Amino acid sequence: MSLLPKALLVVAAFGLAACQNPDRYGAGGAGGAGGNGGMYGSGVGTTGLGDPNDPKSIAYFNQRVGDRVHFAVDQSTLSPESRTTLQGQAQWLQGNPQYAIIIEGHADEQGTREYNLALGARRASAAQDFLISQGVQPSRMRTVSYGKERPIAVCAEEACFAQNRRAVTVLSAGAGS
Amino acid sequence: MKMFKTMASAAVMAVALIGGYVAPGFAAPRIVLDNPVIEPMPFAIADFIPEGGASAEAAKNVTRVIAADLTGTGLFREIPSSAHIARVTSFDAPVSYPDWQAINAQVLITGAVSNAGGRLVVKFRVYDVFSGAELDGLQFAGTSQGWRRMAHKAADAVYSRITGESGYFDSRVVFVSETGPKDKRAKRLAVMDYDGANVQYLTDSASIVLAPRFSPTGDRILFTSYKSGFPRIYLMNVGDLSTRALQEAPGTMTFAPRFSPDGRTVVFSLERGGNTDIYSMDIAGGSMRQLTNAPSIETAPSFSPDGSKIVFESDRSGGQQIYVMSAAGGEATRISGGDGRYGTPVWSPRGDLIAFTKQNAGRFHIGVMRTDGSEERLLTASYLDEGPSWAPNGRVVMFMREGAGAGGQSALYSVDITGRNLKQVKTETAASDPAWSPLLP
Repeated sequence: MSLLPKALLVVAAFGLAACQNPDRYGAGGAGGAGGNGGMYGSGVGTTGLGDPNDPKSIAYFNQRVGDRVHFAVDQSTLSPESRTTLQGQAQWLQGNPQYAIIIEGHADEQGTREYNLALGARRASAAQDFLISQGVQPSRMRTVSYGKERPIAVCAEEACFAQNRRAVTVLSAGAGS
Repeated sequence: MKMFKTMASAAVMAVALIGGYVAPGFAAPRIVLDNPVIEPMPFAIADFIPEGGASAEAAKNVTRVIAADLTGTGLFREIPSSAHIARVTSFDAPVSYPDWQAINAQVLITGAVSNAGGRLVVKFRVYDVFSGAELDGLQFAGTSQGWRRMAHKAADAVYSRITGESGYFDSRVVFVSETGPKDKRAKRLAVMDYDGANVQYLTDSASIVLAPRFSPTGDRILFTSYKSGFPRIYLMNVGDLSTRALQEAPGTMTFAPRFSPDGRTVVFSLERGGNTDIYSMDIAGGSMRQLTNAPSIETAPSFSPDGSKIVFESDRSGGQQIYVMSAAGGEATRISGGDGRYGTPVWSPRGDLIAFTKQNAGRFHIGVMRTDGSEERLLTASYLDEGPSWAPNGRVVMFMREGAGAGGQSALYSVDITGRNLKQVKTETAASDPAWSPLLP
């Protein structure tokens, strides 16, 4: 039994399908991060984003609830705005226990590779700790840092750097089903 | 596939001294690398003579690689063959010194290449033109696929004779080959000769790979891969490309590995619950030891060549700075002190310097400092310069430079530790994270 409409379910094992057709994940708009797992071989099943009008879909979470928070330069402190976003995430996640959660931490390119990996881990962890404090089960969550490996905006200006300094809550089917 | 195996069979199997007499009473041509200003030494290299079985083209190729190695250092200037007066027609014919003196060649290199059933022999002599003395003469033999290595070895011998220090031309560089735009970059491990020739790919681009490092003998490579979905350290055997993940504690991320000088230990970063510290692991047994224990970021560890100390970066003071501690961990001493952030420290193979990346006022620099942090010297400046790796002789560093914005590709560059001779290392794709091998055997 699937908790998602069958037509919307796209499961890629270990990025294999993604390698054959990586573009399919790019089409998810803001939810593109959801495809990262498959595209780069996370070993986690990748799930279709669903219809953003379906309040139980990943697309809804990504676009309506907001799947990401941003950080100041070289910081991992959550801003009041980020806390509000994460509160919304926590609430939604508790109502949708069927999803497993990976929190990706990212840094902008103004830093060295190793340091940025460690900084991304701090950011992912800060978001995870906050979600735990809001009642999300720790066993549903893992963190990963991409450092500066996965920028989403590529200009050499603060406007782009600011988008890249992020923690993204990425969902996949798996937990609790 | 079998990179170093092929190389071993292609490599130099015999080295024979042809002659090496220095005439007394003359100052031999000499480049002192520590001098603040170096005027490139003019040299002439006569096209090597094709002997039994070797084509003129093969002999010429060897000649050009030797010349490129020497001029590529910025320490030598080639006098083009169009300016030569004398023609060398036989390897053993007497040298007409006045003809070489007339074009102001301080050093003359002659040589010959022969090929008997796939076994290539390269022999060469180096002359001090003004004292009329033969400085060196050597012969290398190997398979014909190994011709570049024989040329590099010949150039290393010339470099060593003139500078009094060991060379770095017969070496390889492992790096990350990059394709695609910045926001969809694909990365593969690759290895090449130090000059960019003979590229071989070691992984496919299915997973992100980062920061490969050669073992002290060049037989293994440590690197970080996202193959499992999470950054983790892998060990590759260069001979057959067999690869295994190092042991890990569940729920952690591991990265930034480097070998100890004896090749038995790996020192690396381990992240747990958002905090990154430095650990070491016995590669054979898998036993792990925590070397730092702080709520700050500790990463990018690198051993001193005697194995007694580790240099690393930490933001425990509030920003990235460079520290030195015992290889067993414990108390660390901060050595960097200038403005800005300091990262990716690497101990020189000579033990005298630490190369690093510095970020200050919106620019990135590659720099060197003494191991106590004194005499900091910035060698480069750009939008993004990062991750120096030492040439085997500790005189040159290679690093990555990335351009700004969507079109900014990464590329490999090298620069002398004096700041001279900054140049790009040509690669067929964009490239990052270079790590130099030791001199090959």
